[in-house]
Amino acid sequence: MKGAALLAKAFARAAGEGRAALIPYLVAGDPNLEVTGRALLTLAHRGADLLELGIPHSDPLADGPVIQAASTRALAGGVTVDGIFSLLREVTPRLGVPVVLLVYANTVFRRGVERFVREAAAAGAAGLIIPDLPPEEGREYIAAARRAGVATVFLAAPTSTPERLRLVASCSEGFLYCVSVTGVTGERREVPPEALELLRRAREYTRLPLSVGFGLSRPEQVQVVARQADGVIVGSAVVRVLHEAVQAGKEGAAEEAVGSLIEELRAATRK
Amino acid sequence: MSLKLKSLREERGATGASDEVPGGGPAAGGAAEGPAAGRPGRPSAGETAAEETEEKKLSPRGHFGPFGGQFVPETLMPALAELEEAYEEAKRDPAFQEELAALLRSYVGRPTPLYRARRLEERAGGAALFLKREDLNHTGAHKINNALGQALLARRMGKKRVIAETGAGQHGVAVATVAAAFGLECVIYMGEEDMRRQALNVFRMRLLGAEVRPVRSGTATLKEATSEAIRDWVTNVRTTHYIIGSVVGPHPYPTLVADLQSVIGREAREQMLEAWGRLPRAVVACVGGGSNALGIFQAFLGDEGVELVGVEAAGEGIATGRHAASLGAGTPGILHGSLSYVLQDEDGQIRPAHSISAGLDYPGVGPQHAYLKETGRARYVAVTDQEALAAFQALTEAEGIIPALESAHALSYALRLAGELSEQEAVLVNLSGRGDKDVQVVAAALGVRL
Repeated sequence: MKGAALLAKAFARAAGEGRAALIPYLVAGDPNLEVTGRALLTLAHRGADLLELGIPHSDPLADGPVIQAASTRALAGGVTVDGIFSLLREVTPRLGVPVVLLVYANTVFRRGVERFVREAAAAGAAGLIIPDLPPEEGREYIAAARRAGVATVFLAAPTSTPERLRLVASCSEGFLYCVSVTGVTGERREVPPEALELLRRAREYTRLPLSVGFGLSRPEQVQVVARQADGVIVGSAVVRVLHEAVQAGKEGAAEEAVGSLIEELRAATRK
Repeated sequence: MSLKLKSLREERGATGASDEVPGGGPAAGGAAEGPAAGRPGRPSAGETAAEETEEKKLSPRGHFGPFGGQFVPETLMPALAELEEAYEEAKRDPAFQEELAALLRSYVGRPTPLYRARRLEERAGGAALFLKREDLNHTGAHKINNALGQALLARRMGKKRVIAETGAGQHGVAVATVAAAFGLECVIYMGEEDMRRQALNVFRMRLLGAEVRPVRSGTATLKEATSEAIRDWVTNVRTTHYIIGSVVGPHPYPTLVADLQSVIGREAREQMLEAWGRLPRAVVACVGGGSNALGIFQAFLGDEGVELVGVEAAGEGIATGRHAASLGAGTPGILHGSLSYVLQDEDGQIRPAHSISAGLDYPGVGPQHAYLKETGRARYVAVTDQEALAAFQALTEAEGIIPALESAHALSYALRLAGELSEQEAVLVNLSGRGDKDVQVVAAALGVRL
């Protein structure tokens, strides 16, 4: 099945159960790929509807301190794109939910756009999110992704004009990533009012599922967003909880920590 | 959903960077679009009428051949459009141009003089050596030309807060200075390592009322400071203007900054004709991000007989891997919003740069330089820390001018080049800044305890 169809199915299943899809995010290789693999399986089996896996970058412009630090740790641990693709090949058949890769533009460009997209598809990625690639710079990428059957997920921001909302929506497949705040990733206290406003505006331009990310970490926030969104992305909180459990160092602690977090968040996705 | 794409070449002529560089010859941006090879976004054929409107918006903006562009989070795209629009309006507005010109005279101290360094010529033994004295600008470097222009733009756009990154601190000081003069709130991001190397400039910025925020991630130098400034901008984009300090970043910055620095070359070209009676054989400038180099190069782009030479930092030597020569030893890649040459590994992770000069310690370079390299209109060489130090001492001893370590890189190569040329020829060097800020670093490098 093509990536876009896999994503559509995952959203439809959650909607059929009266929920918003829950999409946790991890940085691949923090602290190593073995832990990442086990955490992905735990997340998938204990409540995630889709998984977002970040390929760490040396200069993650869209990320706040938690994901920056995780990326630095992963790169210090020696993680490579090849390593991440082999992990994906190994775990995707056992996950039962689709994986979307988040990758910065230079990693794609450096490998060659066509080759990167093809290898990502072969490894089992259903979609790609490139946070520093607006559609204007994405012609070759979009064409390559269509050929490879990988969904292109673009981002909409609270600052997006109506013209830009139409553009990012028309270039997206699978879902549209609605950035909840003008800012970088990281946990915040409240759901920003502009997040809900963006959902209302984006809805006018697309029938794709709308997923909200950036700043969402707590069940109360997930609950508020889930009422209006089709998907909820939780990043920094998952990355932090995993890191703290790994630091604590007990066998199985990492899986248990992300497992209970995802169950708690899943309960909050009910409409 | 299928997306059909039409030929990139057909559409690109209509967009791209400004080709109206004031005073410049044929600019390297805009209409000079090269092949699409090597950039993300190659087209496939065919389209339907219904999709045409959306397709038009897929035209990338601000490319120099394959380089440049806008590789930023969606949040910033509207702000870049707003900035481009404000700048295009300002360029056409005589009142804006008059105010800028008046402040360049009365506040910055322009025009800066052209100085013939006769005692240095004797050491080099060959061509005449002319120095464009950007070190005599207010705040001690060329950076103020850009900071002043962008502060005027910020005011025009109604933004009351400005932010900037800084390496050596010269750009930070320039921004803090104009922020004080215009009553703008000012935050400067600076790598912790650079704050240590340039403690004097940190204090100057604080005296000027700016908040200096240390950046501790990665190598804690200019690269991280720039990333952090971009993150601040993403967060505060509605109230804040980001005064980027070099010809880097997403469109329209490389063009905007090059335009604001082009006053250097306009003055220098005229001054050369007056002082020497003809154009120089070569124009030499140091290149970190590359704003002083583009500032002086642009006026000479159309003068075929004038060789344009950019001097990068070879640090401890290109072979050691500890250098900042993005053009000389890097590969095409995306950093801080544009496609250019960068220092990177096979996965596209940016490698740390190294230079004794904090202002050149950057693993990227402006996209127009990448284009000038590819087209062969400019050539790029590299000078080591030690060579730059020797040139620093040579100018200080022979002429009583203490240059910035950045500018000492350009001087070092200019001295070598002058030695190979005849007395009938001249080399013009952009002396982009003064070296007071570097005295401690130089003392340490020479083993002197202050």
